[in-house]
Amino acid sequence: MYEILQKEILSDVNKLMVVAAPAVARKARAGQFVIVRIDEHGERIPLTIADYDREEGTITIIFQEVGKTTMHLGTLDPGDELATFVGPLGHPTEIEDYGVVVCVGGGVGIAPLYPIARALKQAGNTVISIIGARTKDLLFWEDKMRAVSDEMIVCTDDGSYGRKALVTEPLKELLEQRDGEISRVWAIGPAIMMKFTSLTTKPYAVPTIVSLNTIMIDGTGMCGGCRVLLEEGAQFVCVDGPEFDGHKVDWDNLLARQAFYTEEERLAVEAWQHKCRLEGVLEEGGA
Amino acid sequence: MSELTQRERLQIPRQEMPTQDSVVRRGNFDEVALGFTEELARKEAQRCLQCARPQCVEGCPVGVLIPEFIRALREGDMVGAVKAMKVKNGLPAICGRVCPQEVQCEVTCVLAKKGQPVAIGRLERFVGDYELAQRTCPLECCAETGKRVAIVGSGPAGLTCAVDVGRQGHKVTIFESLHSPGGVLVYGIPEFRLPKSVVHGEIDYAAECLGIGIRTDHVIGRIFTLDELLEEYDAVFLGTGAGLPSFLRIPGINYNGVMSANEFLTRVNLMKGYRFPEYDTPVKVGKKVAVIGAGNVAMDSARCSMRLQKLQAGDDDDGSEAHIVYRRSRKEVPARAEEFHHAEEEGVIFDFLTNPVEILGDDKGCIRGMRCIRMELGELDKSGRRRPIPIEGSEFEMEVDTVVMALGTSPNPLVFVDAEGLKRSKWGTVVADEDTGRTTMPRVWAGGDVVTGAATVVSAMGAGKRSAADIDRFLEGEIDPW
Repeated sequence: MYEILQKEILSDVNKLMVVAAPAVARKARAGQFVIVRIDEHGERIPLTIADYDREEGTITIIFQEVGKTTMHLGTLDPGDELATFVGPLGHPTEIEDYGVVVCVGGGVGIAPLYPIARALKQAGNTVISIIGARTKDLLFWEDKMRAVSDEMIVCTDDGSYGRKALVTEPLKELLEQRDGEISRVWAIGPAIMMKFTSLTTKPYAVPTIVSLNTIMIDGTGMCGGCRVLLEEGAQFVCVDGPEFDGHKVDWDNLLARQAFYTEEERLAVEAWQHKCRLEGVLEEGGA
Repeated sequence: MSELTQRERLQIPRQEMPTQDSVVRRGNFDEVALGFTEELARKEAQRCLQCARPQCVEGCPVGVLIPEFIRALREGDMVGAVKAMKVKNGLPAICGRVCPQEVQCEVTCVLAKKGQPVAIGRLERFVGDYELAQRTCPLECCAETGKRVAIVGSGPAGLTCAVDVGRQGHKVTIFESLHSPGGVLVYGIPEFRLPKSVVHGEIDYAAECLGIGIRTDHVIGRIFTLDELLEEYDAVFLGTGAGLPSFLRIPGINYNGVMSANEFLTRVNLMKGYRFPEYDTPVKVGKKVAVIGAGNVAMDSARCSMRLQKLQAGDDDDGSEAHIVYRRSRKEVPARAEEFHHAEEEGVIFDFLTNPVEILGDDKGCIRGMRCIRMELGELDKSGRRRPIPIEGSEFEMEVDTVVMALGTSPNPLVFVDAEGLKRSKWGTVVADEDTGRTTMPRVWAGGDVVTGAATVVSAMGAGKRSAADIDRFLEGEIDPW
């Protein structure tokens, strides 16, 4: 069992947890992920590592409550334990001094982007960061990102904070203004955001690394449920990734595969909310 | 009962094992084969001729003392039967259920010549189940040696090796990547063929008796490398199996609804997807499922599909079908005879001499069909089977909405991260001595599917056993092979 040591509510739907997992923390590197299962009835979900502390023996995860498992996870508190916490999985980010790099984070994708930006900065890169979310409440870690960036652009879709724009707009401007100067782009966020970021950089031929978060079970190459189509054929996100060349990903196939269990997810959320309401009623009744 | 004459023994017919009704069982995941009653077991045991030179033992990869346990069983000495069994086999309730006895111990039984071998597998299961319930003779270990052994993988090879090494007094720690020990016994083989309570019962019992530590959620290659294990342990056994799925190299494999058998079975078995939403992991089958391949994994996939379809349909017959699509003919089906038989009995449809050439999708990225080609059998190939050859112009479209690929598996390379001294074949399997399990890396042994490629549970157990004996000789200082 893996104890939750800390919990931070970043917004209504985004939560941070620090989990005790010393052996995982000892090996964790930027870009890798863990597989989490809450209890005996739980499913296994991949969550990218947002931070790690080797001395404290902890891993930080940040998740957005989008389905039953993340909603359930969000109700847990420090002292509670997770049944499964496997990692570190996947290849770490290839950190080098590339020169000028742009780190683009969308929504909950800002979490895994942070350790990558930090490592890139430490390796000597000039780091320009663009972070964005639908609305102000969904933004987090602006200060942490700023601390590891040479330049920083913040935007929201609705203009409630920072610039009113999608992350691709300032990115395109940067690519225009600093033509030939930018050597690499990282983009982490919802699949649709990574797709359009990749499309934005493609005409400029700037290598663009995306971190994919697909449906998976074991996370070790066993099930193949996470497979993604690249130009060269199907690859497994869990063991070949999770980072890929965004220009080679078949995004439409990826988006279709992510939607395969939509109906089951809806049923699971309904059942979960029903259970929560019942328990709420019982508690009130008992009080 | 007085001793029967050989003649009388020969007159007793082979006893059938009671099974769940084939119509009823299509709608549940409960065990199909119900096991012998004591009466049936005693009667079947009477059939054994107690050969002076028993051929059955030769056919068993772990060399179970078959005549001895059967003799004790028919004399009503259950404790004696368990003792005889456990000399060679620490996990009889599992083997009795999943071994392909018809090509091992039973094929070499003298009675097999008349087509009626002693039902050794069913008797083994009876003894194993008795012991799981009664716990009459716990495994015992020798005095502690102070040596530490790491076992990577808790499937049949790793478990058997752990039990035998543990019995010699060495301290054993098993590392398992999933959240539950058992390997293919829990993620692959379905509940209706091998109940998880049996697997966990056997593992818990052995681990308790021998003080074996089991560390789940440990992916070796990631959390620790092989080198790191060698710093902490005196010997390491790799029993990581063949966990990597294969997909056909045809267009359309990434449409929604195409799955590896590993994914499908893991959702159903390990994650209990058939009880969604009580359990959180969903598993989805359509009304026309095609399973590609005809091994045990294919049979399991088709039979799970059929049950899920039945659960979805409830009391109505919604016309759902589960097919096995196989490029060779009925004669070449590689599955265990009982599984093939049960699948047919349950209504799985077999499309022999048929090979998929393309999976067709709709505009939403879901499967709408599969283009197949008819095959005919030609000359013998290297495997000794007739080679399937496509019949030109015979292509046709099959209406399917789910495709499960059960095409065999290969070893997962994750465990070999930084293990440069470990020689592997071009198929990715570990090169290890067949008799001892020794690899090219000092203090590292390997056995089971990671060495042979996908094979059977009991052959992996045999390999685990041989390695355990060699590991013990090494730890006792009798040999120093490197």
